Amino acid sequence: MDETAWRRSLGNPRVLFGLAVLALLALAALGAPLIAPQNPLHQDLLASFAPPFWHAGVVPGHLLGTDDLGRDTLSRLIYGARIALTVAVISATAAGLIGTLLGLAAGYAGGLPDAIVSRLVDVWMAFPPVLLSIVLVAVIGAGLEAVILAIVIVDWTRFCRIVRAEVLVQREQDYVAAAVAIGLGPWRVALQEILRNLLPTLIVLFTLEMGIAITVEAILSFVGLSIASGAPSWGGMIAEGRLYIHQAWWLMTLPVGCIIVSVLGLNALGDGLRQTLDPLVRR
Amino acid sequence: MPLAYLVRRLAMAIPTLFGVAIVDFVLLRVVPGNPIAMMIPPGASAADIARLRAFYGLDQPIPVQFWRWLEALLHGNLGVSIDLRRGVLGLVMSRLPATLELALLAMVLAVALGIALGVGAIYWQGRWPEAVVDGIAGLGMAIPDFLWGLLLVLLLGVLLPILPISGRIDPMLSTHFVTPFYLAESLARGEFSLVGSLLAHMALPAVALALPLTAVIARILKSALVEAMSQDYILMARVKGLGRARIIWTEAFRNALVPTVTLSGVQFTFLVGGTVLIERIFSYPGIGNMAIDAVIGRDLPLIQGVVMTFAVLFILINLLIDMTYVLLNPRVRHG
Amino acid sequence: MSALLEIRDLHLEIGTGRAALPVLRGIDLVLEAGEVLGLVGESGAGKTMVGKALLGILPPAARITQGQILYQGRDIAAMPAKPRLALLGRDLAMIPQDPMSSLNPVIRIAGQITDVLRRHLGLSRRAAYERARALLESVHIREPERVLRQYPHELSGGMRQRVLIAIAFACRPKLIVADEPTTALDVTVQRQILRLIRDLQANSATALLFVTHDLGLVAKICTKVSVMHAGRILEAAPVAQVFTRPQHPYTSALFAATPRYDRPAEALTPVPEALTARLWAEAAAYDAARAAAGVAVGGRAADA
Repeated sequence: MDETAWRRSLGNPRVLFGLAVLALLALAALGAPLIAPQNPLHQDLLASFAPPFWHAGVVPGHLLGTDDLGRDTLSRLIYGARIALTVAVISATAAGLIGTLLGLAAGYAGGLPDAIVSRLVDVWMAFPPVLLSIVLVAVIGAGLEAVILAIVIVDWTRFCRIVRAEVLVQREQDYVAAAVAIGLGPWRVALQEILRNLLPTLIVLFTLEMGIAITVEAILSFVGLSIASGAPSWGGMIAEGRLYIHQAWWLMTLPVGCIIVSVLGLNALGDGLRQTLDPLVRR
Repeated sequence: MPLAYLVRRLAMAIPTLFGVAIVDFVLLRVVPGNPIAMMIPPGASAADIARLRAFYGLDQPIPVQFWRWLEALLHGNLGVSIDLRRGVLGLVMSRLPATLELALLAMVLAVALGIALGVGAIYWQGRWPEAVVDGIAGLGMAIPDFLWGLLLVLLLGVLLPILPISGRIDPMLSTHFVTPFYLAESLARGEFSLVGSLLAHMALPAVALALPLTAVIARILKSALVEAMSQDYILMARVKGLGRARIIWTEAFRNALVPTVTLSGVQFTFLVGGTVLIERIFSYPGIGNMAIDAVIGRDLPLIQGVVMTFAVLFILINLLIDMTYVLLNPRVRHG
Repeated sequence: MSALLEIRDLHLEIGTGRAALPVLRGIDLVLEAGEVLGLVGESGAGKTMVGKALLGILPPAARITQGQILYQGRDIAAMPAKPRLALLGRDLAMIPQDPMSSLNPVIRIAGQITDVLRRHLGLSRRAAYERARALLESVHIREPERVLRQYPHELSGGMRQRVLIAIAFACRPKLIVADEPTTALDVTVQRQILRLIRDLQANSATALLFVTHDLGLVAKICTKVSVMHAGRILEAAPVAQVFTRPQHPYTSALFAATPRYDRPAEALTPVPEALTARLWAEAAAYDAARAAAGVAVGGRAADA
């Protein structure tokens, strides 16, 4: 993965779209207190169900209207980005680290470690991922940490499977034999050579995992298990909006739109990087 | 050969199933938090708690608990639901058919649509239909079933309300079903108003479940067809004077099916796993919806039972996919 | 009365625009009913492309830029798909180079013979099956019933080539293109297959366009020879004449490079590099002259 590969990526429209979405997310997440017009938790029952700007009867200061408790939708969406991005970055990083380490160990060491990890992955694949994360959150307890932990526990296999398979391929390559021949120990070979060759794959998986994590967080909030209720998470807003779907359809539509745009952006980024950087991941 | 293969595959599923049982058990008994605390009603006395613990065998050491649970499991005894005060197996069996009917409809939809899209893209390769298929496949793969469900609720349930968005059948239809397989039963009885109502209620959740699988099948089938169409035997077929549609269907399609089945197999289990949320979104009375209720109600035995059911379902689907692969590939079949 | 096949001034390019690469530079050949024409040349001469152009199975990037392929007086290259597909398999057939990859791996042998019979002769399933069995017998396959039920991977290379020969002769075609039909086979099998093709050809009076790099094979099977290099035909004559009095130095050079039973292997001399270099220079000069004469590269000739 040299510089030209990165430059080629920046010329890819998918990558550019993905980066734009990611930048927008980051901006909303980091700058939420500065950008958000209102306090996302502030309730104003007199101003509940204010319609968004394209409807008649807009309440000033509520560009996208308010929910059943009169909380400002736009502000909640912006703060929701903060929760989404936090979950996405932390859980994708942790799942990536754990999965990669286990995949490396299994693929490179072979034998018993490989048998154990492979069996573990088999067992994990026999669970419906969504149900497993729901059960996990119920067991661990609500809260952002529980959500992240649940995603990591469920999704490390995504990294592990692909890393293991790639290591098995890479291990046979000449450069690894050459590195061993010049006296580098097996772990140094594994980490330096194999990891460097796996990097593009990992970046792509990481991007895709971020999209998955955002969706799972929304799912858990939707089911009522994520963050404390009232906290401005997109999934929570969807669940609340679902109740008023016939009176105020936009309450559910807006957070759904936010998630779809985020997921599409991260997918486009992953696909684009796969095309430009990554000779390994092929589906 | 297929029988020996089936037996070997079944044998391979046993350790996986055992692993699932361990995880399922550990998940809900050993993790932080006293399971009894999760299930006691507020204001229970110490004696009540002790009785409850004894009833569920929670006063025993963990290995003993596990052994008893496993033993019961092997006898088909999944315990008693705390909330619903009924046998878990019975509950699962009463709800599973609704889920199976929904998942099966979604699979049929996805396979039919995915094949149509993949084959269409090759038939009109290089022209606009191919681009349309690529677009549909890209969106279908990027957006998960949960979001499709919500989008469909909004579009066809609310903005353009032409389809019902909750339940399994119109409650105004007075009827009595003998079996829990409503769709199969009303088809068998030839009562098409019931069939219509059932299908209308299943339409949106089934489409939401089917879209990601449709996209995966369309994309994999398309690239497998491209690969197949470049083979020498296709040249041979062209020299025989066979038409393009005929060549795609009878010469290339069957060869492309083998990689398509292998690579899209996992997605079939994802579809079944997706029923959990889709049933929630559409208030569809299946096992998945019950699972979420069980989680919210901290109904441990029911959660465990549902998780085991899904695991068995997943293993069965994988088995079926392997069998399909063997049936489609003469080399493996004779090997 | 027009010849069975007449190729006139055939030009073919791969790629378009500036990247266009000339492959055929004005091929002419005539094949009468029942004749066997050997199209001989080294790899890269373009001989395979002649056969593919004739059968309409050119790779997607290849285009005929000039010339005609007249089958019974009609230009197949310019024919609409429908009548062309009616000719393919019935009047025109092919024996492919690689029998291993030319049979569909997921279709039983029976299906791969009956499809062409049913397509062109309108036979019933039953009748087509009987005819397929007879065809397998005619290519000396023992136990045809069993082979009909088998899949390609269960057959040896030689058996597969026999099946493909049976398919080629299935509808009693008037012309078969055989592109290096023995190259992919074991030496012992090569002889049998060659004899089989020759016998079937002789019995059915089918014309054969025999594409090969091996002059030795040409001597065994052909009545006429066209020697190709760099997309041009350097010499065309009856076999006896070419073998006794080759006119073109390249033909002589090919002879010197061809292994023969009456000559030790050490006596083989490769075609001299100076000669091939001269011939390639001629080809380049031809391209340049065409370009200068205003023949649009990448398009059909305005009026050549």
